[in-house]
Amino acid sequence: MKQDITLKREGQFLAFLKPLVGKFTPNFQRMDIMGSLKKTVITIFSVLVFLGLWHLGSKALYNKEANFKIEKALNEQGAVAAEAERACIASGDSSCQPNTLPSPLQVWASLQSLIADHKVITADKAAFVEKMSERNAQLIAQGKDAIVYTGRASFVDIVLTSIKTVFAGFLLALLIAVPIGIVIGLSPSLRSAFNWFIQIFKPVSPVVWYLLVFMIVKTLYIGDSSDNAFVISFISVGLCAMWATLVNTAMGVSTVDKDYINVAKVLKLGTFQKIFKVILPSSLPLIFTGLRITLSVAWMVLIAIELLAQSQGLGLFVWEEFQNGANDSNSKIIVAMFVIGIIGFLLDRLMLAIQNMVSFNKNESV
Amino acid sequence: MAYLELNNIYKTYGEGDSSTEVLSNINLSIEEGEFVAIVGFTGSGKTTLVNLINGLLKPTSGEVLFKGQPVIDTSHERGVIFQNYSLLPWLTVGQNVFMAVKEAFPKENKTFLKQRVSDYVAMVGLSPAINKRPKELSGGMRQRVAVARALAMNPEMIIMDEPLGALDALTRGNLQDEILNIWSQDKRTALLITNDVDEGIYMADRIIPLKPGPNATLGPEFKIDIERPRDKTALNDNPNFKKTRNAIIEYLMDIGNERKSVSQKEYVLPDISPKSFVA
Ligand SMILES: Nc1ncnc2c1ncn2[C@@H]1O[C@H](COP(=O)(O)OP(=O)(O)O)[C@@H](O)[C@H]1O
Ligand SMILES: [Mg+2]
Repeated sequence: MKQDITLKREGQFLAFLKPLVGKFTPNFQRMDIMGSLKKTVITIFSVLVFLGLWHLGSKALYNKEANFKIEKALNEQGAVAAEAERACIASGDSSCQPNTLPSPLQVWASLQSLIADHKVITADKAAFVEKMSERNAQLIAQGKDAIVYTGRASFVDIVLTSIKTVFAGFLLALLIAVPIGIVIGLSPSLRSAFNWFIQIFKPVSPVVWYLLVFMIVKTLYIGDSSDNAFVISFISVGLCAMWATLVNTAMGVSTVDKDYINVAKVLKLGTFQKIFKVILPSSLPLIFTGLRITLSVAWMVLIAIELLAQSQGLGLFVWEEFQNGANDSNSKIIVAMFVIGIIGFLLDRLMLAIQNMVSFNKNESV
Repeated sequence: MAYLELNNIYKTYGEGDSSTEVLSNINLSIEEGEFVAIVGFTGSGKTTLVNLINGLLKPTSGEVLFKGQPVIDTSHERGVIFQNYSLLPWLTVGQNVFMAVKEAFPKENKTFLKQRVSDYVAMVGLSPAINKRPKELSGGMRQRVAVARALAMNPEMIIMDEPLGALDALTRGNLQDEILNIWSQDKRTALLITNDVDEGIYMADRIIPLKPGPNATLGPEFKIDIERPRDKTALNDNPNFKKTRNAIIEYLMDIGNERKSVSQKEYVLPDISPKSFVA
């Protein structure tokens, strides 16, 4: 019995692992084992099919571009040049590689190289700190700023910057949208007063939000040489993503079950008590649904906004790799794509788990 | 002056063309210490009537007087047991009752409040479930929590809207006795809404049928002259019980038939289908 319960909890967070977990839980019914085994097999099979199709597709694209290059050399410079081009492509030299969709293996190799690169940079950084520790101690003793490492950011640092930005933006969205949503939800006249505002600003694109925030923050930071890219990007992300929470909070607060309101009236709860003991708890599920949407929107727009704001995150990474056009740039972009997708998925699971924890109607939330 | 008085009450929902008059010309007076039951068909306006008395609704015309004062708001003097329990699902049994007790006894300290909560939860036999949430309870248990919550506030008058409607016969019988116990202990006043004639006869001093709406109004009252405490098993052989029961049921059947023959009107249904909320 106990096992069942813990399994359920895990299931909420990592439902996609459930087939695997179920497989190793002894006293499960036979039907369940068969069912989850089937699910696991299907999942693995579909991943393999996906990788296979990807591999074939990238190979076809590669061949197409390679043939085009050889053909071009033949037409423009003659048979010898074409033969040289063919040899160059076969040798894997970066100067003549077809620049197209990388294969799964190339992407895997890029991931390894990014991790190796991260290790190198981390070691660098540690050595730097070590070397500077004495000097920095002196500087601090003299009341000056310590010298910090300003070398290249590793892929892991980049991912962490993105996550930091998205959480800062999410927090900003929460702090703005939830209180305003509550106030709007409580008052029908404020609701109509704010309605046009919400309707107009909700569909505004992330790019425009970025420009708006840029205009304002740039002026506020005037004369200050410190880097404001992070500030601009998290504010833009927050403003862009907060609308779902605002609308859901207002909706939750304004549509509290009449029965609960009647209870509050019969018990003669004061206004404060009524809001905090009845209205808010009953709107929590909707508020969290809004927050979940906000977080996923935040993560989605983050990439575009980081790119515009030149903030050292995944968005800028992808863009720079694309501009860079190095041999493994394309596979690094695909690595980033998977990392973005997986983190987005994990963030959503995290929110779902929190949502399930706070919602009293467990069976209602999906 | 009666304890509770309803004078020429009319209640209309909606406005203009779409308005319906649910209650018409309701007159009722209840004396202190009395136990009155109102029986009626579903949808006849019983809940509306209850909400007029407890102060959640205002009559369109007419007045509700409680101890001579017009009812303009809810009051702790009138405890309510709602038809659908209305427990707050995010609070445990104990917390639900505590919230009510705290409001009813604002000057008392925490020890007193907690004691009172556990006393009343024990009274309805739910001590083992005091830390459970409503969704973990059966319908009968939830209803008992609602009873405990209303009674723990120590109201002078208990207003019950089909409090036992959703319960099985056995639980129902137990709770009937519990409610009667509490009512008789401090001689409170009680108003019971029910759709079960037998329940009304077993518990009440008077039964008043509510004629089906729209324009529902109260029918003639039936006095129950059976000595208390009443014995449920013996009741079936009591000639007085049989007579009253037959009279009430006959009356209800009559107005039921009347309603059938009256409602020849054909209703045009609007052309709508359920809206899908799944985005
Ligand atoms: N808030 C409301 N607005 C409009 N019509 C209502 C409202 N509440 C109840 N009604 C209508 O009034 C009638 C009586 O309802 P109710 O008092 O709940 O009946 P009962 O409790 O006897 O089942 C029903 O036809 C119902 O549809
Ligand atoms: Mg009702």
